Amino acid sequence: MLIPHPLLGLRDAQEFTYLGDAALIDRPDPAAGEDAFCDYVFLRDNPAGVHRELWYHEQGDRSWLVVTRNTLTHEILGAELARDVALARREGRA
Amino acid sequence: MTFSGFRVIREALTGHKGWTPLWRDPDPQPSYDIVIVGGGGHGLATAYHLAAVFGQARVAVLEKGYLGSGNIGRNTTIIRSNYLLPGNQPFYEFSMKLWERMEQDLNFNAMVSQRGILNLLHTDAQRDAYRRRGNAMLLSGADAELLDQAGVRRMYPWLNFDNARFPIKGGLLQRRAGTARHDGVAWGYARAADQRGVDIIQNCEVTGFRIEGGRVLGVETTRGYIGAGKVGVAAAGSSSRVMALAGLRLPIESHVLQAFVSEGLKPVIDGVITFGAGHFYVSQSDKGGLVFGGDIDGYNSYAQRGNLPVFEDVLEGGMALMPRIGRARLLRAWGGVMDMSMDGSPIIDRTPVEGLYLNAGWCYGGFKATPASGYAFAHLLATDTPHETATAYRLDRFARGHVIDEKGVGATPNLH
Repeated sequence: MLIPHPLLGLRDAQEFTYLGDAALIDRPDPAAGEDAFCDYVFLRDNPAGVHRELWYHEQGDRSWLVVTRNTLTHEILGAELARDVALARREGRA
Repeated sequence: MTFSGFRVIREALTGHKGWTPLWRDPDPQPSYDIVIVGGGGHGLATAYHLAAVFGQARVAVLEKGYLGSGNIGRNTTIIRSNYLLPGNQPFYEFSMKLWERMEQDLNFNAMVSQRGILNLLHTDAQRDAYRRRGNAMLLSGADAELLDQAGVRRMYPWLNFDNARFPIKGGLLQRRAGTARHDGVAWGYARAADQRGVDIIQNCEVTGFRIEGGRVLGVETTRGYIGAGKVGVAAAGSSSRVMALAGLRLPIESHVLQAFVSEGLKPVIDGVITFGAGHFYVSQSDKGGLVFGGDIDGYNSYAQRGNLPVFEDVLEGGMALMPRIGRARLLRAWGGVMDMSMDGSPIIDRTPVEGLYLNAGWCYGGFKATPASGYAFAHLLATDTPHETATAYRLDRFARGHVIDEKGVGATPNLH
């Protein structure tokens, strides 16, 4: 798989380590309680189809990316800097 | 139809005209007492034990494809009970004991071969860890032997003992472990369940659950609605998809694991060897092919196929361990979808929906668990109490903090 890094162009997925569902960006508020954190840490949507997920460019520029990928075909549909995604979400909430 | 040596000889002399299909191909009835979703090893073993042990007469197994088309036909056929933790090891030893009598129970040749599994060790720390594991195995009633380097040399003198990074210092041997014919296990359970009245319904995909007042009433399928007193889901890599139809999110990610087989060779490996440090394990099938594998690819996947970097990783591990494998040609590679749980251990439990039961999270270790998983899930479905060896496999253990994390890597499914 080749990941279209927004800054570096197409990079081999082997340069990255995989964390999982991009929903992990949305860590609950510390006051949200145990149930919210339990859901956050342990439960996943695990869809068959389009999946937004976190990849870390460990053997590259060490940036976190949000990669959109189809889990049925392994087709990669896009990649963004996770930082941009997190900032956009924060602005969306504000 | 009962299989026997006499029967084989008689059929050989009469042109093999007397064999009949191993199971019926029934249309679904309007309702059953218990419906099992998933006609793989675990679903079929569950149906068999429901009928044979717990006297359940009205049971159906729904399979979206053809029988045994998932991981039961895709694994590397290893059976073993060499776990460490109290929640796991007694269960896997129970499974091992069921393997030892399976062929007699089922009247079916599943080619169970107790040829032994050897986990190699390379450091003092690993020796200590394996000694502890071996003791845990002995406490559960399993067998375990810690071999020094000379002991490993006696078994496999051709291993690369002097690898610069991972010199072989010894190994943990379980002689009762081994391999079984994976398809044969599915066929044997299917035939034995069918003989006891279980309807095995293929090409019947579950598309929804009918739930009223928090209780499941039946399942919607591609072959119409089927009512059910209880529904047990044993859908392996598709567990999240199926349970999402009931509105549940699971502590599971689906990942792809690849396996490989070489061309047929003369006998070279008479047991199973695992090289954990190099992400490689190998055995030799009765047809002569070296059957081997390594780690999961590491990203969410439902594709039943993986990517080439894992080929390279696994084959490098093989070359590091047994350089002579380099002369063999790779014949096939394939992938299966693993239901990787958040602690690397399975779930056999009720769900928040009354009458809906879950058997999932087997990661890449489901094959060896097939008999005990079926027994324990049948026990739960029939009696509403967990089997004594499966009491730790609760769905809510993550919320309660009672995870069973053999590797100790936390909620990172791709590292288990």
